[in-house]
Formats: sequence, structure tokens, C-alpha cells
Amino acid sequence: MAAHEMLAATNAVVSLDVGLPGIVWPWLVTVNMWAKSIGTGVIFMLFLLLRTHPESGKNLRFMTAATAFIFINIFLLFTLADLHQPFRMWHIFFHPHWTSAITWGSFMASAFLGLLTLLVFLGYTKKDETFDKVLLWTAILAIPVTLYTAALMAQCTARELWQMPAESAQMILAALLAGSAAMILLGGSKLTYEAKKSLGVVLGLSALMAFIIYMAEYVFGPQKAEEVAATLEYIKGDGAYTVMFWIGQWMTYLLPMLLIVLSRASKSENILKLAAILALVGLFIVKHVWLMIPQLLPMS
Amino acid sequence: MQLGFLVDLHLCMGCKGCEIACKVENEVPLSTWRLRVKYVDVGTFPETKRTFTPLRCNHCTNAPCERICPVSALHYLDNGIVNIDKERCIGCAGCVMACPYGAIYIDPQTNTADKCTYCAHRIASSMMPACVVACPVEANIFGDVDDAASNISKYIQRNQSNIQVRKAERGTNPMHWYVNGGQVALNPLASERPEGHHLFGKMTSKMPIGGH
Repeated sequence: MAAHEMLAATNAVVSLDVGLPGIVWPWLVTVNMWAKSIGTGVIFMLFLLLRTHPESGKNLRFMTAATAFIFINIFLLFTLADLHQPFRMWHIFFHPHWTSAITWGSFMASAFLGLLTLLVFLGYTKKDETFDKVLLWTAILAIPVTLYTAALMAQCTARELWQMPAESAQMILAALLAGSAAMILLGGSKLTYEAKKSLGVVLGLSALMAFIIYMAEYVFGPQKAEEVAATLEYIKGDGAYTVMFWIGQWMTYLLPMLLIVLSRASKSENILKLAAILALVGLFIVKHVWLMIPQLLPMS
Repeated sequence: MQLGFLVDLHLCMGCKGCEIACKVENEVPLSTWRLRVKYVDVGTFPETKRTFTPLRCNHCTNAPCERICPVSALHYLDNGIVNIDKERCIGCAGCVMACPYGAIYIDPQTNTADKCTYCAHRIASSMMPACVVACPVEANIFGDVDDAASNISKYIQRNQSNIQVRKAERGTNPMHWYVNGGQVALNPLASERPEGHHLFGKMTSKMPIGGH
């Protein structure tokens, strides 16, 4: 018996169609989002440290600016690599279409890179006063640079999961989480224990908030559009991305939260570093699942 | 002028003539499609029924692909067609992600986005789109929906109680209608897609970085 002969009366099967395209935005876009979270997040953290723990922060100006510079370049490089016509990237700057979040993002990211380059120079030449003035504007610009990806994904009207209202919050939380984790690892002996504790609090609270939002929206939230519900089937039961989704949630949010509590109780910096490493690796997995699953759904 | 399309699914018999005519007219590469006809089977043998649904770009008046394109490669023509400038396109695939109808693909030969243009080049020469000409049963109705006397406007008026667009809830305002298009024909989530029922599903072309 052919498959269609066994169907119940209410069911339907596609019996002839073309092969639909698979994943169009691959892991390159995951790297893009992950690197941007680190690149903007460390700037937020340096800004925070210079105000709350200036003794620690003052030693990290150049190193933080250089880290942000490297990761924003990774972000831009992978963005370019994802284009099917990378040598036409200049079209964005000479034929900009201002309704597109991609256009706004390109201009903002370029300006952000310009400020980071200046910060690296100022940090290297130890012009601290000017550095701190430029850092203020860099930190302000880092907010829309982080958020524009949420706006871009919201413009992908075909993929409803990317249009969840809390995605902007998730982008900022990802930057805070990645930034605090990267600073814990970067700081080393230049950070006082108190500064590390503060970064641990930022990491832990970011993880907690992001985890609550994911659970509320994906697992416990009952109100879902048909396509969102169908997309989330890929992370439920024996869905194709269920295992990866939960590995991501544990590595990025649950385990770091537990480890931060442990590190505070035992005053262990190594445990805090382990939490930071897990959060950074896990964030890649979380973002990757979020990027992949809406692309698995047939659109027509 | 606002050009639009209507397919009368009462008439369509799934011959795929439109699909082939489109391929030939627009030199659409293997493994990609501007227009395709999807078959969906409903029911239990011997009480089964097969539906045929031609699927193409909807030329929405509130097109998300036009909005997301960072370089205006996707743009509106004066007659309402959402056209594409392949020389301008940077291949970011934002439009592929934005189109709720899955109507845009990356051309493996040019590495740019491509889709149905309602045969804009033929329209410019006062000809009908290739798929309209090829249809043996005149299931494809094409014309100016701003003109109340046009064939398509009359068709829409005559079939008011049985006319649908795809995914109306997205607010894209598609300029492509179906007569007798039920859930199974128009909603991709209303049917299963088992493996092994795809034409050219295993066709591959040289992939850029990332394999997309």
C-alpha cells in the first residue's frame, strides 16, 4: 500500500513537490551573533567596572578594547562570509535601503568598529581620560548594535519564532552574559575578588532572566501562533533539536547559575571561571538552536 | 495599475505546463523554481482526492522581502510587480528569510536571490506571463486588479464567496488569489511532507562557505 492510501480521512500528505531549500542561514550566522554578543558585552562590562570598581577597571582598558575589536571583526568577517556575493558588500553603503535593519546594522556596526579602533589606540597610548570619554559613546552605541539583530530577525516575517516580543531582551541579556563571562576570563589577576564577584552577579542574573524568558515562551507559554507551535516541536519530545536545546539551556544558564553560587560560597575563582567558560560555549549552542529550528519549517 | 494573479483550482489539473514554461522562459536553474505545482493527497483509499496548487511569488503590496532588502535589489515596478535586480543583490538571503510564502530562492548560478517576477520582461512587451500562455485550461487569470472591467477583477467579483489568499494574517496584502483553495492547498502545515515525494530533492550544486 502506498503511503497516501493509508491516510485517515482528515489527514493529507504532500504526494509530489519539489525539494524545498534547507538551512539558508547556517552556522556562520550563529558565529555572527555569538561574536557580537562578546564584542558589545565586554564594552558594557568595562563601562560598569570603571564606575563600580575603578581600581580593577583601569587596568583593563586596552585589553578590553582589543578584545571587543577582535570579536567585532569576527562578527563582520562571518557576516561577509555568509553573503553569497561578498564582494558586493559595498552596495549597502552606496545603495542603502533604509527600511532594512541590515542597512542600519551595517552603518552602526561600522561606526562601532571605528570607535573601537580609536579606543584601542587610546588604550595603547594610555590616554585614559580621552579613552573614558570615547568609551561612554561606544557603550551607548553598543546598545543598538546589539539590538539591531533582533530588529533584523523581526523583519524575517516568515519565521515567527524570531519575532517573539522578548527577543530584544534576549539580545541584551546575551551581551551581558557573554561580556561578563569574557571579562571574568580576561581579567585574571588584574581584577579584584570583589570585581569578579560583581561580574559573577551580572552573569548569574543575565542567565536567570534569559532562562526564565526561554522557559516562559518556549516551554510553558500556552499562547502560540500555529507556526511557532510547529517550530517548537523541533525542541520537544524527540524533536531534531531537543537534545541540543537542553544542552544549551543547562550549559548557558542552569550550570553557570549553580556554579556562581558555589564559587561565592567557597570563594573559588576557578569555579567562577568554569561558569564563564560554560556560559560562553553554551551561548553558541543556544543561539544556534534558535537560528536553525524556524528554518526547518516548510513555508509553502 | 496593480497587476495581480488568480488561480482557479477548480480548473487546474496538475499538468505542470506552467512550471515548465516558467523554467524555459526564465532559464531557472536545476533544483530551483520560480513556480511549482504541489500535489496534496487527502483521504483514505479508495476515497482519496488529489489537489493541485501552483505556488509562486504573491507580489504583495506590503512585501516583507522589499522591506528587508538592504540594497533595494527587490523593488516595486509602477505596475505593482515586485521585481529583482540581480546585479544589485548582495546575496544576504534576508528576503528568503522574510518571505512567508517560500517564494524566493538563491540562484546557484548567479549566487543572488531570484523569484517570480510575473514575467515582467514579457509584460513590458505587452505579452502575458509564460505560465498563463502555457496553461491548457486557463486556470491562470492575470491582469490589472485596479481595473474593474479586467478579467481578473470580474473573476474575483464572481467568486467572492470562495476566494482565498495565502497567510492573510501576515498583513502582506498578496496580489495573488486562489479560487477553491482550501486549508490543505494553501496552508503548508495542514499536510505532512513524507520523504521520497520530491522532484529533484537530491540535486546539489557547488556550495559556498557554510553549505547554504
